[in-house]
Amino acid sequence: MRDTPLSNCERLFLLKAIEQKKRLDGRETYDYRNIKISFGSDYGCCSVELGKTRVFCQVSCELVPPKDSRPTEGIMFFNLELSPMASPAFEPNRQSELLVTLNRQLERCLRNSKCIDTESLCVVSGEKVWQIRVDVHVLNHDGNLMDAASIAAISALSHFRRPDVAIQGRDVTVFSPEERDPIPLSIYHMPICVSFAFFLQGSYLLVDPCEREERVKDGLVIAMNKHREICSIQSSGGIMLLKDQVLRCSKIASVKVSEITELINKALENDRKIRKEGGKFGFAESMPKERITTLKRDEVPVEMTDVKETANDIVNSTETTTEAVPSPVLVGMGTAQIGEGIVNSWALEEDEEDESQTEDRKTDEVMLISDSEEEEVVILHEEAQKSTNTSGEK
Amino acid sequence: MSIMMELDRGCSNLREYGNEQSLLSKPDGSSTFVQGDTSILAGVYGPAEVKVSKEIYDRATVEVLIQPKMGLPGVRERAREQCARETCEAALLLTLHPRSSVTVILQFGSLSNCQLPSCCLNATCMALMDAGLPMSHLFCSVTCAISKDGQIITDPTALQEKESRALLTFAIDSVEHNVLMSSTKGSFSLQELQRCIAISQRASEQIFQFYRESVKR
Repeated sequence: MRDTPLSNCERLFLLKAIEQKKRLDGRETYDYRNIKISFGSDYGCCSVELGKTRVFCQVSCELVPPKDSRPTEGIMFFNLELSPMASPAFEPNRQSELLVTLNRQLERCLRNSKCIDTESLCVVSGEKVWQIRVDVHVLNHDGNLMDAASIAAISALSHFRRPDVAIQGRDVTVFSPEERDPIPLSIYHMPICVSFAFFLQGSYLLVDPCEREERVKDGLVIAMNKHREICSIQSSGGIMLLKDQVLRCSKIASVKVSEITELINKALENDRKIRKEGGKFGFAESMPKERITTLKRDEVPVEMTDVKETANDIVNSTETTTEAVPSPVLVGMGTAQIGEGIVNSWALEEDEEDESQTEDRKTDEVMLISDSEEEEVVILHEEAQKSTNTSGEK
Repeated sequence: MSIMMELDRGCSNLREYGNEQSLLSKPDGSSTFVQGDTSILAGVYGPAEVKVSKEIYDRATVEVLIQPKMGLPGVRERAREQCARETCEAALLLTLHPRSSVTVILQFGSLSNCQLPSCCLNATCMALMDAGLPMSHLFCSVTCAISKDGQIITDPTALQEKESRALLTFAIDSVEHNVLMSSTKGSFSLQELQRCIAISQRASEQIFQFYRESVKR
């Protein structure tokens, strides 16, 4: 499937609007779209909606032997996938440039900033450590995938609980969630990406570009911040920026990041409270209730009164199947037959036919070994009255 | 949520289910289906362009892609994709759109593996409805479990599935309540099979009612 290309008049319209400080959806230059964070019923499962962009993240863990170069540290594995659902341009199993860029940026963001304490993931030094696997799936692409992915990843990591372990000498016991409460990961800080889009050779700047705006942008700067500390900056698209532009971006980013971090913490707190009180949690509950497009139905009993009779009727009315021959019957060399059915034409008949054919050939027919490409090959035979037609073999 | 239900539900209940349609802006049709603890998100693109290698001259090509929550899709996902694809091909009017493709993408939203195939099919049907693709009939899917003492349970929880002797999933069509697809695991007798089919047909009426209500809104 291919994505619809951007027409020239759309491009011109967008650029003209940006010149006049107007955006397609009426936002201001530094406004973010609505962010909605919801957690699933499993620990470490998080879904983030940034406007219409939707990203889903799941964190899981496994005990594995550590890397040789770092025997006392746990392993973090990041995987971002562009689901074909997100856009008609995304195809499964295709390594596009966008995918590689996003993956790399996510890794740099979360791994190199050392936001997770990997030393605490070590169980037995040199033998067993926890491998934390972060899977991010992009479900709907309406621009600014990087921001949404980083918010989802860090929220899911903060939400995740790993099983408790007890070490006695060299024996390791892993407790299931029912036996002992799982432990959260130790997270030092929350690095979050903030994307900026530049237009018209760097003269205009927009925060949180939507998909249409992304298509006409010149270059993109992603700056990540926790508490006013930059974790990584990436500038792509070959754009040249002035020093004060970059500084201005980082100031804007710090404001945005503190807002977003507050949002994440509030969502985590809500989820924690609901779980403690024993209320319902998970995606089923976070589905909006009052919308036309949603519907929920409670438990419903199923009418089962005359099921038995119906079933019995059907069983009695079907014909009994023929008894199958249980043991195979050997028919010829290398051929066996199980059950009744069409008469076996392997082995036996073939031998007979072959024999009869060769006999015929010896007497009447002439074997044609010619490679001629003629449509019709007629053999003049003194004795035979039939002519042989052969279709040319190419 | 599920603990309370196990204690006081009978064996012939359908657990609570919910769905949301048109929640993604990019796909032509999308829907989530939540059954108990299992939630699945389905997105449909179609009729759209198809690669020349995959095109069929007189009908649309149906592709189903299933993406698990963790890791890459494996053989189990491929088997489910096959089941879903054949059910869709039976229901959709493919000859109306020759040389085009209908792509259904399913994303698992929860780790619990109970009744995944039936949730997949229900989500697929709602997404196809949301996309407005012409279908000759709707389909829904019901899971039955036969416990070790011979009791038939509809809509089993993960625990009940694990302890069951056999697990049967049927896809039922909406017009004549015929069985479109069946996928079974475990051993059971002919009688039990027919009883499960009859129960699934009854339960499917409830689900079709749910479809109608959610579209009517």
